[in-house]
Amino acid sequence: MDEPTGPARTMPPRRTDPRRLSLALALPLILVWLLVLGLGRDPRALPSPLEGEPAPEFTLREMTTGRQIRLSDLRGQVVVINFWASWCAGCQREHDDLAAAWQRYREHGVVLLGVVYQDTEENARIYTQVRGGDWPIALDPSSRTALDYGVVGIPETFFIGRDGQVAHKHVGEATYEMLLDWTERLLRAPVETGTAETGR
Amino acid sequence: MTSSRSGRGRTWWTLGTAVVVVLGASLLTLGRGSGSPATVEERAEEIASGLRCPVCQNLSVADSDSRLALEMREDILRRLREGQGPNEIRRYFVGRYGEWILLSPSIDGLGLFLWVAPAALALGGLLLLAGLRSRFMRANLSDRGRGAEDVNETLSELP
Repeated sequence: MDEPTGPARTMPPRRTDPRRLSLALALPLILVWLLVLGLGRDPRALPSPLEGEPAPEFTLREMTTGRQIRLSDLRGQVVVINFWASWCAGCQREHDDLAAAWQRYREHGVVLLGVVYQDTEENARIYTQVRGGDWPIALDPSSRTALDYGVVGIPETFFIGRDGQVAHKHVGEATYEMLLDWTERLLRAPVETGTAETGR
Repeated sequence: MTSSRSGRGRTWWTLGTAVVVVLGASLLTLGRGSGSPATVEERAEEIASGLRCPVCQNLSVADSDSRLALEMREDILRRLREGQGPNEIRRYFVGRYGEWILLSPSIDGLGLFLWVAPAALALGGLLLLAGLRSRFMRANLSDRGRGAEDVNETLSELP
């Protein structure tokens, strides 16, 4: 069968603009790069907006002695605030590390303060009697202090410098090494007097 | 030529409708909930419904039964009774938890970009489509014209 003949129509060869080609390649690559960056992030590691800000002031009742603990009274010392509860498995696992850090720094201008989070006073008492540890434990019955510190899920530990500013928020179990690292940093940090006011 | 003009008219009409729909939907979304609730509880509910429950998956503080959400609702109520305004309360939670605590990004700074970007992208996409369509139609018409010329040329060459 013969092919139909006629004047051959020559189509001009299509030339791809190199700028368009590189743009077309770059856009998906940028999107993939952003996706990889996003997926590589720890979703729990949300930076606290309080870091670098004055620590929210609080007055809480100490569980054993009944005395009032006011944050502003602790100014000039490194304050480590640990939010915990007796029902929290991570808090049970970090307990010995907290006890060891407390033993090391209790005479060196460091205050470790446990704040009971969403737990009963009775359970917290039993827990401390069984597990030991003689650092002050404060009660926060309506979680107002926890809200002030933006607590999401315990255990969470806040490091407050001698200037009264929140230096670091640690989400998850505290380890002895992490406690030492941040405490040492804050003890070594120069103190600028009168720079920060406690916030609420 | 007439069909090309009517085709182009249709394209612009479609584009115009799309712009109106996108802008209308954005304005409706932005303006939603602007009526002021009557009681303190209703105001607390409105604030809570705009805050993300920190320990839940995609639930607002108003919708969650978690203890933290309950405590946040009580805190909002207390703050309202103390005379704080809704924006002040929202700012408090943003200051403690970060911008992610807001279910809808705020309409300033980066938040404004987040509000405007989807509509701008949709518009850009529609414009691109309209451009491609008109270019395709022009190419098609000129091809047809060239085809007719070719036929005439072939016919004239016939003995």
